Amino acid sequence: MSDALDIALRLLVVFAVFLVLPLVVGQTEHKVMAHMQGRLGPMYAGGFHGWAQLVADGVKFAQKEDVVPADADRRVFQLAPAVALLPYLLVLVAIPIGPGEGAVGQVVDAGIFFVLAVMGVGVLGSLMAGWASANKFSLLGGLRTAAQLLAYELPMLLAAASVAMAAGTVSLPGILDAFEWWWLPWQITGALVFFVAGLAELQRPPFDMPVADSEIIFGAYTEYTGLRFALFLLAEYAGIVVLCGLTTVLFLGGWHGPFGADGLGWLWTLLKTAVLAFVVIWLRVSYPRLREDQLQKLAWTTLVPLALAQIALTGVVKVVIQ
Amino acid sequence: MTPLATATAATAPAATAPGFLSPTGVEIAFLLVGAVTLGAAVITVTTRQLVHAALWLVVALGGLAVEYLLLTAEFIAWVQVLIYVGSVVVLLLFGLMLTRAPIGRSPDADSGNRPVALAVAAAAAAALLWVVVDAFRTTWIDLGGPAQGSTRVSGEILFRHWVLPFEALSVLLLAALVGAIVLSRRNGDGDGDGDDAKDLKRQGPHRTAPGKDR
Repeated sequence: MSDALDIALRLLVVFAVFLVLPLVVGQTEHKVMAHMQGRLGPMYAGGFHGWAQLVADGVKFAQKEDVVPADADRRVFQLAPAVALLPYLLVLVAIPIGPGEGAVGQVVDAGIFFVLAVMGVGVLGSLMAGWASANKFSLLGGLRTAAQLLAYELPMLLAAASVAMAAGTVSLPGILDAFEWWWLPWQITGALVFFVAGLAELQRPPFDMPVADSEIIFGAYTEYTGLRFALFLLAEYAGIVVLCGLTTVLFLGGWHGPFGADGLGWLWTLLKTAVLAFVVIWLRVSYPRLREDQLQKLAWTTLVPLALAQIALTGVVKVVIQ
Repeated sequence: MTPLATATAATAPAATAPGFLSPTGVEIAFLLVGAVTLGAAVITVTTRQLVHAALWLVVALGGLAVEYLLLTAEFIAWVQVLIYVGSVVVLLLFGLMLTRAPIGRSPDADSGNRPVALAVAAAAAAALLWVVVDAFRTTWIDLGGPAQGSTRVSGEILFRHWVLPFEALSVLLLAALVGAIVLSRRNGDGDGDGDDAKDLKRQGPHRTAPGKDR
């Protein structure tokens, strides 16, 4: 019975994190973008610096009418937000934030494969939305999403494979157990490739042509309103949390830090994740959107060769130090 | 098929064979998921809505992954999701959206080869069933013990016992890759030989795809 209680408690905590951290990232994005652009951002909701703005947004979304276009494929249209959001919840279960069994939702033996596989499923939600909306802009958005995913899945996998080679395991806690500080310079290329490819998979700026509002009116989400649209937005922010958490775990040493390793490891994980999330927001403010062909070129002629070079380097160093 | 049996038998302890009449929870779940997978697969090939077929294929492939999980083959299960659901189906949907993906039924999606296809599918299913039954017969896998399909075990089996077939497969895939590149090359790429030009002429001049898909 205590086993069931334990599992329920873990899932509850993961669910709470899943609900809270994306909102924190969203609010940070509001404020950071505002300050980088020399304005105030939301200031009224909740009183102190507009901290409740996202709650107010959520209430607004929930009150809106849920419209399904007449020509749309109803069931696929309605199912799409769930398909886009749920994978990130599942991924969060497998990300360890501290040392030991207690700080991870569920230890998955083939952790890297689990997280990458399930993250890939999330893109199906955008594809379903793009097709089922019966709108040509949505279809274009869906097409761009698919092309982007196919281009960026490979470098992401290769970069993750490099870490797995270095650690000699594909389990996420196992990788962190094997981590040494000098992995940071050793795997830095892989880290960059992974992070950039992950940004592209999340369709965040500068890789946001699938949702480019000025070209194809938010792409696959054009026809969505109310709660379903909010779920897509939540999926984007949950994706940021997951990507930053994964980059932290795979490349930045997770709970390892210069000091305070015992007991405070989870703080290091959260801190690194937060810094990466800040970088994600920063990139949105400072980089223009790439064109479709530029994006494909970046993936196939820069990221894939870099990832392969990183794998070669990992292999050589691994053989030398043995 | 016999080496497969020995490889599995090596990992499965020869416990007293349990009967069919008192199935465990895992076995019941296995059968139920199998039924769902089969149903989704049947809908995939019978539905008249092209994109729905692709989405039901997701359900069928996901069901297969769950079956692997139930058999403690965790690594294979996640690779199944990664490759098939994450890449192959996305590629399929991409192709459908790029060419024709009407909402609703596609009356022209049917083919006159239905009986032939059915016969081929039945023959393939019978052959596979026979191979599996012949290979494993009364072998029982102990699901309660340590995972027999963990990444470590899969890796050791793959790269110790099966390394030659594995390498042969990768050469085959490489050949397919090179073939795809040759087929999708554009005319103005310089050293195209006669065959290339003929291919392109047959397929028409409007090939503007950059050939960057997998």
